[in-house]
Amino acid sequence: MLKYILQRLLQGLLVMAALYTIVFFLVGWMPGDPFSSNEKNISPEVRENMKKAWGLDKPLWQQYLIYPKNLITEGSLGVSTEKNRPVWDIILQSFPASLILGVSALFIAVGIGVPIGILSATKKNTAIDYGGMAIAMIGICIPSFIIGPVLQLTLAAKIPALKIAGWGHPLDIILPSITLGLGTAAYLARLTRGSMLEILNQDYIRTAKAKGLKTFSVVIKHALRGGLLPSVAFIGPAFAALISGSFIVETIFQVPGMGQHFVNAAIKRDPFVLRGVVLFYGLLIVFMNLAADLIAAALNPRIRLEKT
Amino acid sequence: MRISLPTESELEKGSSLGRDAWARLRKNKLAMLSMCFIGLMLIICFIVAQLPFIDDPNEQNLENRFAPPSGDHIMGTDQLGRDLFSRILFGGQISMLVGFIATGVALLIGITYGAISGYAGGRTDAIMMRVVDTLYAIPFLVLVIVLKVVIAGPMEEQLKWMGRFANIVPLFFAIGALGWLTLARITRTQVMAIKEQEFVEAATSLGLSKMRILFRHIVPNTLGPAIVYATLTIPSFILFEASLSYLGVGIEAPNSSWGILIKEGADFLETQLYLLIIPGLFFSLTLFAFNFLGDGLRDALDVRASKD
Amino acid sequence: MPLLEVKNLKTHFHTRDGIVRAVDGVSFPVEKGKTIGIVGESGSGKSVTCYSLLGLVPMPPGKIEGGSAIFDDTDLLKCHENDLCKIRGKRISMIFQDPMTSLNPYLRISTQITEPLRIHMGMDKKRAKKEAIEALREVGIPEPEKRVNMYPHEFSGGMRQRAMIAMALITKPEILIADEPTTALDVTVQKQILELIKSRQKELGTAVIFITHDLAVISEICDEVNVMYAGKIVERANSRELFSNPLHAYTRSLLQSIPATQLKGEKLFTISGLPPNLAKPIQGCAFRPRNQIGNSDECLTQSTPEFKELDSNHWVQNCPGCLT
Repeated sequence: MLKYILQRLLQGLLVMAALYTIVFFLVGWMPGDPFSSNEKNISPEVRENMKKAWGLDKPLWQQYLIYPKNLITEGSLGVSTEKNRPVWDIILQSFPASLILGVSALFIAVGIGVPIGILSATKKNTAIDYGGMAIAMIGICIPSFIIGPVLQLTLAAKIPALKIAGWGHPLDIILPSITLGLGTAAYLARLTRGSMLEILNQDYIRTAKAKGLKTFSVVIKHALRGGLLPSVAFIGPAFAALISGSFIVETIFQVPGMGQHFVNAAIKRDPFVLRGVVLFYGLLIVFMNLAADLIAAALNPRIRLEKT
Repeated sequence: MRISLPTESELEKGSSLGRDAWARLRKNKLAMLSMCFIGLMLIICFIVAQLPFIDDPNEQNLENRFAPPSGDHIMGTDQLGRDLFSRILFGGQISMLVGFIATGVALLIGITYGAISGYAGGRTDAIMMRVVDTLYAIPFLVLVIVLKVVIAGPMEEQLKWMGRFANIVPLFFAIGALGWLTLARITRTQVMAIKEQEFVEAATSLGLSKMRILFRHIVPNTLGPAIVYATLTIPSFILFEASLSYLGVGIEAPNSSWGILIKEGADFLETQLYLLIIPGLFFSLTLFAFNFLGDGLRDALDVRASKD
Repeated sequence: MPLLEVKNLKTHFHTRDGIVRAVDGVSFPVEKGKTIGIVGESGSGKSVTCYSLLGLVPMPPGKIEGGSAIFDDTDLLKCHENDLCKIRGKRISMIFQDPMTSLNPYLRISTQITEPLRIHMGMDKKRAKKEAIEALREVGIPEPEKRVNMYPHEFSGGMRQRAMIAMALITKPEILIADEPTTALDVTVQKQILELIKSRQKELGTAVIFITHDLAVISEICDEVNVMYAGKIVERANSRELFSNPLHAYTRSLLQSIPATQLKGEKLFTISGLPPNLAKPIQGCAFRPRNQIGNSDECLTQSTPEFKELDSNHWVQNCPGCLT
């Protein structure tokens, strides 16, 4: 067990190294440099000085090695060329909002998606099933940038406690997390339905029925464990995606999360923020995947971690 | 002392899988309706848009801003007095092109990669799949932005002949170049299953080259799931482009896409709701159609689900 | 009065290709403590017959179109789901063909074996587990105290089928339905499982409905045999009578196609053709197209042959072409 986790963490380290390499060279190949952005009219000498100050004048391979060295020895993710602030500062300041948004969106996604999926599977080809899957389809096909404004127009306009946009009051979490979580909820509903249907077709479900269990107990005691495995495996990456993919929702509802910094950095070619944030997200994904696999293993007696 | 009786599979009449699937698909009304809708959308966006009576989507008329739907402008005009209907048609061209071309790129890379990985097996397979795992950990959105900028420069010369489409092709490639991961996994699983089958052994014993066996004999048998997944990938890429455009980093003027129209509409949400609703409707209905068609194809082609 | 009386059972499946008449008018009695066999090819409706009795036919597409199955004054086919739940697993139990897939891989053996005791007898966990260990010992599983805590994947195929039997018999049911319980097992294990069912049956006085396509198994275990073809019973007699004096052409063909009964060096006898497509209505005798032993020209073509008692306790479908 411990060995397995260590192995996975080591693998994660390799993933991080590969991630860093990809981002480093892609950003390195982007034409121009962070200081050539259009609006700033700065003289060539000043530009050279600024490049020197951020170490961007050195050959690419040196830069490639310096960044991880600084990360390991000083724990530094660099300084933003755009905002002139340490990247850690930016992350620590904006991550909590993204985290809260992501967690509450995940709760909504699981709370809505999984029950709909189970219900649809047990009532296959009935009105309940069709209704549930229709809702799921809507969740998949109507993107957050339509749902968000519509929620603002309907709920926020009618209910005074819900502000159209802003972040500060606990109630402000509600609308953005619904907007963010709905798509994931829809995907989870379809995933759960599919795997539950597969399990409900298994021979051992028939055995359970033959034992005299009522339909409800058959589903809860015998089908749910296997039926939820794919969903559990999906929740790990989905959670990471909710945290790292909330730019649009953050924009609509003016949530001071990490998304804006990240997109900005990509547009402005801020190499340090890009590297730092990608590494940070990568770490998050590695851990979430590990957590999901561990939970899945705990649910499934056939997977023995010692052997892998 | 056992009587051999015919098994179920022997009893089934042999019929071509493709024709079978088509017959099943034809019985799925929702999928057929979706297919017609997609066809209609393609005709409207690419053929009707060329007709002389369709207004120039970029022609501004500041004296006729926010005109409600009327005989002149059947869907009204936007904040710059441009005809909404023709903007939807031309925006639809881009959205559809993104869906199809990016999916084509993803299919090409994904199938080749997955097929080689699955066929090679062993260490090669392990390494190739680790690479896929790593790429999964990259925040997709940001990398597409970066990649688009990186490949836009070198491609500029070659794409001049494409006119107004020239500056969006890099986006197609960026999306496709990163969107093939799941396709590769699906193909790999399929290839691994098929390469164990007897006809492959037969082909090997005939002395055919490995490449020929793989791409002429194995890959065609994996296309079913790939087609299904590709049908579901098209709407997700359309959605993805819309998200990029919504953030202002996707399609650039003079082109527009449904995502841009929705974003513009959302700005005038409170007073001119139709500017959000009409493009949103076109957009969502198209996504619905692709998803329903994909679901229908999956039901029709999925061998596992074809038994009642 | 028999323990269970099945009369004119009809179970049809409404599929895309039409209505499949999987079971089309089947009647048989089950006497207390006796073993009756149902034998037939795959798709002859033998399993569906038994699934119908316990309400295990997936509905839709399946539908019970008619008939009755009276067990202790209750009609199993018409009673409420809740009442049926009180009977199945308690008074009528079932074991299945594939022990590899019929046990839940996610739950411990103990959880699964104790389940009938807990839901039907309201037994507490501790006592139920004691009983489970006892039950495992009785079906010949070594070290039951240890094994009871294992998961199904840690058992071999034969052991799993033993566990299934222990689970089915733990409530001391009046009827055990065995749906091809030995088909998926090795020949040596098959023998052991058959012996086990026989000995447990003797101790508990349980009646057994034994479904199989293997005539050798039937001869070994059954008191009375029903031969099924195309959703109907074509012949019924006690085991000895059926093997020594088979009347129906289908039964005779089956017996003749057992390799061990045929002369060495001669071409093996097989029944040519395929069973009829049950999605299409069958006119006349269903076996006519494959009837080589009798005289297929004399087979009924218009009316359905009647199921008649020709000798005492020897019932057969009365089709002139199949009886010659």
